[in-house]
Amino acid sequence: MTGTSPAVSPLDSVAFRRISAVSRHLGHRSEMDSQDQSLSLSKTAGHGFSVFESINQAPEDPILGVTVAYNKDPSPVKLNLGVGAYRTEEGKPLVLNVVKQAEQLLINDGSRVKEYLPITGLADFNKLSATLILGADSPAILEKRVATVQGLSGTGSLRVGAEFLTRHYYNRTIYIPLPTWGNHPKVFTIAGLSVKTYRYYDPATRGLDFQGLLEDLGLAPSGAVVLLHACAHNPTGVDPTPEQWEQIRQLIRSKGFLPFFDSAYQGFASGSLDTDAQSVRMFVADGGELFAAQSYAKNMGLYGERVGALSVVCKSAAVAGRVESQLKLVIRPMYSNPPLHGASIVAKILGDRNLFNEWTVELKAMADRIISMRKQLYDALCSRGTPGDWSHIIKQIGMFTFTGLNTEQVAFMTKEYHIYMTSDGRISMAGLSSRTVPHLADAIHAAVTRFA
Amino acid sequence: MAGKMVFSCTICRKSAGNDLRFMSSWWNHVEPAPKDPILGVTEAFLADTSPNKVNVGVGAYRDDKGKPVVLECVRQAERRISGNEKMEYLPMGGSVKMVEETLKLAYGENSDLIKDKRIAGVQALSGTGACRLFADFQKRFRPESQIYIPTPTWANHLNIWRDAQVPQRTFHYYHPESRGLDFAALMDDVKNAPNGSFFLLHACAHNPTGVDPSEEQWKEISYQFKAKNHFAFFDMAYQGFASGDPERDARAIRIFLEDGHMIGCAQSYAKNMGLYGQRVGCLSIVCEDEKQAVAVKSQLQQIARPMYSNPPVHGALLVSTILSDPDLKKLWLKEVKVMADRIIGMRTALRESLEKLGSPLSWEHITNQIGMFCYSGMSPEQVDRLTQEFHIYMTRNGRISMAGVTTGNVGYLANAIHEVSFVGGQKLYLAIKVTSLFSFL
Repeated sequence: MTGTSPAVSPLDSVAFRRISAVSRHLGHRSEMDSQDQSLSLSKTAGHGFSVFESINQAPEDPILGVTVAYNKDPSPVKLNLGVGAYRTEEGKPLVLNVVKQAEQLLINDGSRVKEYLPITGLADFNKLSATLILGADSPAILEKRVATVQGLSGTGSLRVGAEFLTRHYYNRTIYIPLPTWGNHPKVFTIAGLSVKTYRYYDPATRGLDFQGLLEDLGLAPSGAVVLLHACAHNPTGVDPTPEQWEQIRQLIRSKGFLPFFDSAYQGFASGSLDTDAQSVRMFVADGGELFAAQSYAKNMGLYGERVGALSVVCKSAAVAGRVESQLKLVIRPMYSNPPLHGASIVAKILGDRNLFNEWTVELKAMADRIISMRKQLYDALCSRGTPGDWSHIIKQIGMFTFTGLNTEQVAFMTKEYHIYMTSDGRISMAGLSSRTVPHLADAIHAAVTRFA
Repeated sequence: MAGKMVFSCTICRKSAGNDLRFMSSWWNHVEPAPKDPILGVTEAFLADTSPNKVNVGVGAYRDDKGKPVVLECVRQAERRISGNEKMEYLPMGGSVKMVEETLKLAYGENSDLIKDKRIAGVQALSGTGACRLFADFQKRFRPESQIYIPTPTWANHLNIWRDAQVPQRTFHYYHPESRGLDFAALMDDVKNAPNGSFFLLHACAHNPTGVDPSEEQWKEISYQFKAKNHFAFFDMAYQGFASGDPERDARAIRIFLEDGHMIGCAQSYAKNMGLYGQRVGCLSIVCEDEKQAVAVKSQLQQIARPMYSNPPVHGALLVSTILSDPDLKKLWLKEVKVMADRIIGMRTALRESLEKLGSPLSWEHITNQIGMFCYSGMSPEQVDRLTQEFHIYMTRNGRISMAGVTTGNVGYLANAIHEVSFVGGQKLYLAIKVTSLFSFL
């Protein structure tokens, strides 16, 4: 499973220890104590201990903590292959042209206000998002049996869905693939679901453990929730083939499982929005129900704006209406209503034919650049004669490559080559460029030959 | 019952793996949820076709023409950041710059607590998000604790602490007879609560009543809190909006800080910067020292991560752009005062209109109360009449959002209130008298 070992904690840093020591020596503490005493009005006043006295420092988030550590590194050759945020050839973050255009249109529209959105979010955004993932001709949409709510990117949409399931679904177990995004188990556990795993990744082949998947799900109790990555599995980049998806679908439907799709990379995997949504649409086509969480963080580069959606495909419009009303009860005590800015940008782009087409072109360019990075890295490792079979680099799909490197090798690469990645050996291809591929290839070569 | 459904479904499913159209839904048993009492009002208002309709429901500022307002300082900030804005992930704790500026507002520009880095501060999803982060944090690290909530309070407070699974108790706050503060009962509740209890306090412009303790009363409350070692959590959603002066509106918090309380505080920019839909706020917790503040912040981030990973960047950028630029900040302060002054003006206008109509009832609470809301004292039935007969929309607890009152509608509003609160009553009184006369005959 991804990200179990914490990264560097700020409290361990030398600088912090020095400062703490100095301040102690300067009598900082005793000054503060006397300050407390002089301010208290009564001899019976509280002793000034915090009610949160005993709190320990939490470990850094395994994924976001990588960037924290990277930022602290002064090396000029440092490379951040941790968090999945797209970078250009020049290593810069990218704001899509369509996004800039959409933003300008919004700013120049003097009639726009910043009022509260409804609890379920921006209505146009919700409709367009459902259409994007399910397809404009989806029977579920035409029959109005999809309840869609705007969510705080993928994380927030998953959380709202999970909270709903805990309240309204009779089976509180969710099966997640092994491995999966590090935050998945946290989201589901805190919502009150019991998390179990099913085999997914085969380290021997660096591909899908299809037999293991079928066996584990076959043994799972009927009615459990099953988490599926719609495309570009994170962290492995290993996706089922269409034939394998069909078998998975049959198994899931025959066991009455509730499929919960996480779609964070639509358009990013193959370069085609429709192709990347096939898995979800297959499940809708059989008439059954499902949950789908969407994120626009990567495919529209809107990371920090926290734009996403949760769609619940139901049997009937009446059910969808009631489901939506209950989703509101989850959202209201969490953040009342979702943020306006990012959703407005998305709605603008999806709702305008020209902007939409431009977006598909920019999206394909990003996907193509990543595919090119895969090829370059593979070639570089082959040309160095790095031991091992590295073909999985070009077979895997999406933003990430599960290199197969172990924690020792990863730590070595960070220490000696200033390359930052999550300790499970996952690298974000989006963080590579033609310029930096050689450096990475050198590092992998060294790590693999040093720690076989 | 759901189990039975699944059993029969399993049988169908085994034979119909390819066509599930005839199976029933997993969600048949899901009840329609009740409408949110506050946000549901605006929905109903929007659906009303009457030309006279008035929305004094949700607390969103309107100008004198009844239009929503985007502050000029916000427009300028937006033009400045557009194009430059990187939309990368913020850290889990949000924009450090925004949090820094926000803490200064609550704790004071020259706060020692800030200098000593004793405050754990994280960006949150407006006031709701800040309260929820705190409630979850309270549950996790003080699982045995309860939260004392004033009666009445913003309805969503109850939802927030309930979903965080923190048991709730209430303390006296509003005094219906005087339409003011029930100070004696409040102090009794503070004294009778077990030592070390957690209390939710509205820092200023109490929602929904508009009734705030006086400075003297705040001092007494703080003193009693100290004696009882209570924890004070302030929800400050209206700083600047109450009096027009943010420093003045933070007075309750400053009193507590002067007394050495280590408070928690939720701040929102929804109203005072008009950033409603951007969801910008901050949660802060005062700690013993910097080390503890770092630890507490890290734990707050752990709560944020499985909820939304990291908070939205746009609104935070607007706030930090405005507050870190002296000219924009000055402009903001001016615009906040304009909003607060208009509301104070409308309070006066509404009260005078009612008095001019010859209402013998007392309406001085309209100008005694402060902030966006006025607790009119009307009953749910009277509110229903206002809606059905006059197309005036407010929450059924009789709370009027003064921000929705304009010079254009204050007369109509006063007339309607007079009708349902007195004239109706007067007619009823006469009817009873006449009927009793007849029965005597």
